[in-house]
Amino acid sequence: MTTVPSVYRILPEVILTLTGVIIMLAEASLPPRRSRTVLGWVAAAGTTLALWASLWQFSLPPGTGYFGTVETNSFTIFFHVLICGIVLVALLLSIDTLPKDSHHQGEFYALIVFGAVGMCLLTSAVELLLVFVALEISSISTYVLAGYRKHTGRGPEAAIKYFLLGSFATAFLLYGIALIFGATGTTSIYKIAHLAATAPNHLFVLAALAMMLVGIFFKVSAAPFHVWTPDVYEGAPSPVVALMSTAPKVAAFAFLLRIVYEMFPMLHSTWAPLLWIVAVVSMTVGNLAALRQRDVKRMLAYSSIAHAGYLLAAFAGIGAIGIAAASFYTAAYAAMNVGIFAVVTLVGGYNEELPMIDNYRGLIYRSPLLGSLLIFFLISLTGIPFTSGFFGKFYAFTAAVQGGAVILALIGLLNSGLAAGYYLRFALVAAQRPQPNPDEVVPPKPQIGVAVGAALLLAVASTLIMGIIPNTVLRVAQSASNDLQPPMPQMQISAPVSAAVHMPQSPAPPR
Amino acid sequence: MDAINHSILTLILLVPLAGAILIAILPDRGKLPNWIALITSLVTFALTLHLPAHFVAGRPGFQFQVNIPWIQNPAIFYHVGVDGLSMWLVVLAGILAPIGVLASWNPIKERRKIYYSLFMVQQTSMFGVFIALDLMLYYGFWELSLVPMAVLIAMYGRKDGPKAALRFFLYTFIPSAPLLVAILWLYARTGTFNFIALQSLIANGSLPAIALSWCSLAFLVAFAVKVPIFPLHGWLASAYSEAPVALAMVIAGKLGLYSLLRFQVGLFPVQARAIAPLLIALAVIGILYGACMALVQRDFWRLIAFAALSLFSMIVLAIYGLTLTGWTGAVYQILNDGVVEGAIFLLLGALENRYATSAIGEYGGLAAKLPRTASFFVITALAMVGLPMLNSFVGEFLILSSTFTEVNRGWAVAATLGVILSAAYMLWLVQRLFYGQPSTMAGRVAARDLRFHELAALVPLAVLMLVMGLAPTLWLRTIQAGVHPPAQKESAVLPQTVPLHASVLAVSSREEGQR
Repeated sequence: MTTVPSVYRILPEVILTLTGVIIMLAEASLPPRRSRTVLGWVAAAGTTLALWASLWQFSLPPGTGYFGTVETNSFTIFFHVLICGIVLVALLLSIDTLPKDSHHQGEFYALIVFGAVGMCLLTSAVELLLVFVALEISSISTYVLAGYRKHTGRGPEAAIKYFLLGSFATAFLLYGIALIFGATGTTSIYKIAHLAATAPNHLFVLAALAMMLVGIFFKVSAAPFHVWTPDVYEGAPSPVVALMSTAPKVAAFAFLLRIVYEMFPMLHSTWAPLLWIVAVVSMTVGNLAALRQRDVKRMLAYSSIAHAGYLLAAFAGIGAIGIAAASFYTAAYAAMNVGIFAVVTLVGGYNEELPMIDNYRGLIYRSPLLGSLLIFFLISLTGIPFTSGFFGKFYAFTAAVQGGAVILALIGLLNSGLAAGYYLRFALVAAQRPQPNPDEVVPPKPQIGVAVGAALLLAVASTLIMGIIPNTVLRVAQSASNDLQPPMPQMQISAPVSAAVHMPQSPAPPR
Repeated sequence: MDAINHSILTLILLVPLAGAILIAILPDRGKLPNWIALITSLVTFALTLHLPAHFVAGRPGFQFQVNIPWIQNPAIFYHVGVDGLSMWLVVLAGILAPIGVLASWNPIKERRKIYYSLFMVQQTSMFGVFIALDLMLYYGFWELSLVPMAVLIAMYGRKDGPKAALRFFLYTFIPSAPLLVAILWLYARTGTFNFIALQSLIANGSLPAIALSWCSLAFLVAFAVKVPIFPLHGWLASAYSEAPVALAMVIAGKLGLYSLLRFQVGLFPVQARAIAPLLIALAVIGILYGACMALVQRDFWRLIAFAALSLFSMIVLAIYGLTLTGWTGAVYQILNDGVVEGAIFLLLGALENRYATSAIGEYGGLAAKLPRTASFFVITALAMVGLPMLNSFVGEFLILSSTFTEVNRGWAVAATLGVILSAAYMLWLVQRLFYGQPSTMAGRVAARDLRFHELAALVPLAVLMLVMGLAPTLWLRTIQAGVHPPAQKESAVLPQTVPLHASVLAVSSREEGQR
């Protein structure tokens, strides 16, 4: 197993770190008046290289490196590719939309790249201390990025809120790690999975699970740990929100999958109802609150809370089905959410002259391309077929129904009906014919540059591909789920799943 | 020929989609999008005509089937096919597409590119609903059909488009959530989305009956909203008064009624029989309520909306009568309503386009100024009220006679009252629009009579009304062989078949005798 040099196991992270360092050095050594746009392209190139390196890891035999602390298998590769893809789109988006005269552009790109290192590492770490380090790397860079618009009041406010609540949540996670270390004497996830069932003090294990879940729920902004989300999204620059509403959540969900399916599969009966409740609360709270928003970014913040709820519904699926559904959903959600924030960034600009939904009235008449794209992404978020949003929901709720949670699926789908209310209202406002109003200042038509064009194209293409021909992504997600499943026989439920699928007369009545 | 038969349905789906993409790519210059849309929709219509030409009447099961895997897990197939029930609906959608393009020719002046590409996507999704035999594929097209409709209503609404669009969308989208759960549940228990397989699995009794009742209810509500069935019609009037003419033609009726026939009663015959009395009652209420509401409307779009509620309720009555004659009449009446409503929308759209109002009170005495419009309107109105020799008469006769003889006399009599009321509101509308003293507005606004492209759309519809009224057997034979209402009671199956067949033919031969 150890014939593979350990460094290959973290090759994408190494590439990203080097890219970040190069950008930092270049930022310092470039003359102050020189444009920093080239640094953005360097960051994009480094991320592309890291993405390619992640794909290359498919050729490695699955296994661990560095004394069993990092792992490479299709699960980690799936999430690495996803995170690198999101970061790439966010970078391309920033290249065209960051103000050309801003002083710290280099730092901005470097922070994004360093954040990506943390997120990637979070998905491949199988050692809780490394997990904690990875989480901190990604969080700290996001804290700084959230407050990047220093001159506005909202920027620092967002950063401080995010930082305080985020540190609090990380403390919970750390406390959970300490407790599980106390209970089992190890921080290796595999060893914990073996030892936790027979741990002398079961209460410690339960407390550890609860603490860690709280920490993660905060990171994925699941209700009731979501209160920071709207404020932070409102204050942070739009390209940053495109990133932070997707990539850190993707990483955190990957870690959540690891915790519940790999570390604590024997506590299925404990965490399954918890996740059920959090799923229902998140989607309901998110959707109800979003219905009342008039500010685009706040609305999308609540919508992302609701989507965290839909995603958690996939955890009601049993074993591999649930993991595959959740993994697919993260990808589907990331594609459309990055896309819509890209459009919002382009329409509103870096300084957000147009924050309200009403400002988008008649967008399709003003700029047919952006208007159509906005409507397209909103339709995908609503979950209309032939977009990634539909198949994401479809797999999540199929997993839930197959796991016996018909009620959860019903609540979830009714919620998506509720969500259609505000997505569609937004889309239809953009489609409405503008009333000629001499008092209103007509906003300039947004310019679409090469980088942003590429970003939009990536987002649209992945949203459509996952909506029409999801086979490839799904196959990878399924092999990822098989890799995450521990080889132990504690997974009590894999047999009845196939029975439920293939035999019409399966006994358990779901209602 | 085999290759064509195999790929014809796929072509019917793809040609409008290709048209949509072509329109989206090419520049928005002059009438270029209109012409592309017209040509693609004419090609599609020609393709749909291949179906009746090569359809083998009387062969059981689906024809022109294609069944290839689309997604491995969960097992979703690209499975399409038509039978006697759906074939003519595909053709109807095919003929309404170019007519819809012609109806949009003048009124749509801005953002033609978006309009026509969404219009073509809408066509694809409608064809998809009619031919999909995999429940997920069907659900996909069903949901997809909402989007272009909602966006176009919002973009081209007359007064408050977004509100009407949102209402329309939510009314249809929210009930489709339980529909999807029901479909997923069926899949979780059976491992298939295949309509034919599911039909036989459910008939076997291999699924728990209580859960099936819930499933059938979910299907029923989702489709009932789309029809709409009283009291779920809240979206109809505002959608009719806001939607562009070409979309209002297809917004209600067909999709929901077809889905009820195929998927609600088709999949859950036992449960449908259990709930049939309720639906018959709702249908009759809908017939009378719609007709009474139509009588008191001051806006002609709203009048037509309630008239449509009344007409569609008539079809619902036939569907839940669960008789062969009734079903034949129901399918025929779906076709009739498509043709008649298409014509009425064209004419009202032409009036609104000229006089920029839909308030009936502003009109009056137009017959002298617009003679061609007036005569087409009268023909259409007569077809709508079910005058013998015109198409609706055949459908309504089949529906009402089967309800009277085989279902319930009281309900049949009540439904017949609706027919009388329909004559009242339609003829009164004709009178208020075209006869009497010319109104001040009619005198003030100079308007030309029907233009060439409007006639090109109206003449085929008028001819169809006449032909479908005079020679209904052309259609009825395939329809009758293709619909399979669930057997009334086990014992009553056999004796029923022969006289029913005879009665249908008797109606049609009497029609021919009148000619």
